[in-house]
Amino acid sequence: MKVTSGERVFGVFNMLFLFLLSLTSLYPLIFVLFASFSDPAQLVQSRGILLFPKGFNLDAYRMVFMNPAIGTAYLNTMFYVLVGTTVNIILSSMAAYGLSRRDVMWKNGIMFMIVFTMFFEGGLIPAFLLVNDLGLLDTRWALIIPTAISAFNLIIMRTAFQAVPVELEESARLDGANDFRICWSVVIPLSLPVIAVMLLFYGVSHWNSWFSAMIYLQDRALFPLQLILRDILIANDTSRMMTDISSSDQMPIGETIKYATIIVATVPILCVYPFLQKYFVKGVMIGAIKG
Amino acid sequence: MADIGTDSTAAPFGGINARMSFGQRVRKDFAKNKLIYMMLSPAILYFLIFHYGPMYGMQIAFKDYTVHLGFWGSPWAGLDNFKEFFSSYYFGRILKNTILLSLYSLIFAFPAGIILALLLNEIRSSWFKRSVQTITYMPHFISLVVVVGIMFDFLARDGLVNHMLTSMFGIEPIAFMREAGWFRILYIGSGIWQNIGWSSIIFLASIASIDPSIYEAAKIDGAGRWKQTWHVTLPGIAPTIIILLILNIGQLLSVGNEKILLMYNPITYETADVIGTYTYRKGILETDYSYAAAVGMFNAIISFTLLVVANGVSRKTSETKIW
Repeated sequence: MKVTSGERVFGVFNMLFLFLLSLTSLYPLIFVLFASFSDPAQLVQSRGILLFPKGFNLDAYRMVFMNPAIGTAYLNTMFYVLVGTTVNIILSSMAAYGLSRRDVMWKNGIMFMIVFTMFFEGGLIPAFLLVNDLGLLDTRWALIIPTAISAFNLIIMRTAFQAVPVELEESARLDGANDFRICWSVVIPLSLPVIAVMLLFYGVSHWNSWFSAMIYLQDRALFPLQLILRDILIANDTSRMMTDISSSDQMPIGETIKYATIIVATVPILCVYPFLQKYFVKGVMIGAIKG
Repeated sequence: MADIGTDSTAAPFGGINARMSFGQRVRKDFAKNKLIYMMLSPAILYFLIFHYGPMYGMQIAFKDYTVHLGFWGSPWAGLDNFKEFFSSYYFGRILKNTILLSLYSLIFAFPAGIILALLLNEIRSSWFKRSVQTITYMPHFISLVVVVGIMFDFLARDGLVNHMLTSMFGIEPIAFMREAGWFRILYIGSGIWQNIGWSSIIFLASIASIDPSIYEAAKIDGAGRWKQTWHVTLPGIAPTIIILLILNIGQLLSVGNEKILLMYNPITYETADVIGTYTYRKGILETDYSYAAAVGMFNAIISFTLLVVANGVSRKTSETKIW
């Protein structure tokens, strides 16, 4: 195939542009990473672009890991992610299985009922009052039950489950398997890529969620990490973490604590998603929205 | 086309005779699919309680709700809450801010993912393509709190961005996050940074599903890469673009409240305050539940109407539709 010179020039600029775009995507976090390892005093003096850490100092990490509020919040977040995602996956896969079967009379009606909620919602205040009336306010369940299923994810799972060959289901049924059994031993094992993507989507949404916690929780002992992070990063409240440091050192180390907290709160997620990247396509609504 | 909703190609009910009466069919279906309905029941209950419950609860927008009288005991207030909202000083401002932020997102952020997908599609080296994808997906996985936290840090008066502007161009430091004039640019710009990679996935998938023989035919007709992109790729992904456009129009009034709540402060309310953040302040912070519910209901109804209209227009003009 012949390549015109115009196309070759375009190719070079395209690669250059995409390289710069990648750099822009990556650099803010790289900066935060370098800054978190830097010596607080040197960092404050330089203030410019960092191409490597300024000095080397782990005090910020020590302070983050020793901090009881962050420790509790970390454990809370683990709880919300583990329990929340388990509930999400169990309920969503059972429902997706039911909605992916062909000869279920009320299937379309139930599907409509679910899809409609994607386009019309009662809104923040009625939802808040409902959670209040159910007695979930200021309990851990307020972050788990109201988000038990995402209609969007459910539809993605249903689409994936529909792709499992009917013959496999039928032969399992001949062997005496019931629907629970078929869902668990036939459909789910054949849909592992989509299950993995769903684990990631649900898990990340729990890990990163802060708004529900802010409106539903009062008790600081239940706060997830993101809410504590908000105090540190946005309300700029690092003082709570540094009560044992002399006041003259407070300003600079406060900065590195911010960066260290960001790294501690962000890196776990960033270590997971590249492994699932090739399955992401299954997580967009491509099956449901076929071009 | 898109069967997000019901699927019309469902096989006839196995073993269920069409001539049976409705009652017989219901009973037979239930006997056969008992376990399936059992598996569906938690989801049905969940959506009824946590999605249809609040829809039913919307009626407090027509009441004068107080906590001690409760949902049932509070007196009706007719349209008072709506009248108060429409005539308030905030109505015009938050409506304008909401619509402008959405429109700018639609104009600047929405095409970004399409352009990235088209550019990635021209890359022949698969490791380079994959690396760019992995890296540009990353910001999508960073929490809003951290994204906005980094913005506050980088854009502070003594932050990285001001330092660079001063040292390179001699510009006086700007308090970006505290100036109403900068809010929209920062909101949209950071939104593109967060989502450009992630939103390209669906378009890349859509490009991948275009029949290769169409490209072959175009090549035989002498079309270069540019013409192939213009005449094959873009038309090929047009239905996906239209569907996403319709969905975006349905979200026009629901701009990222959570992100704005993190970003804004009273100094920037002038450009940053939107319907969602106003609902939050009125309802959750000031506990003026009925009034805030009325604001939320206004939002929900307009959004739904926009979605229906957009879908109808697209249905007529391009036969692409959500339902």
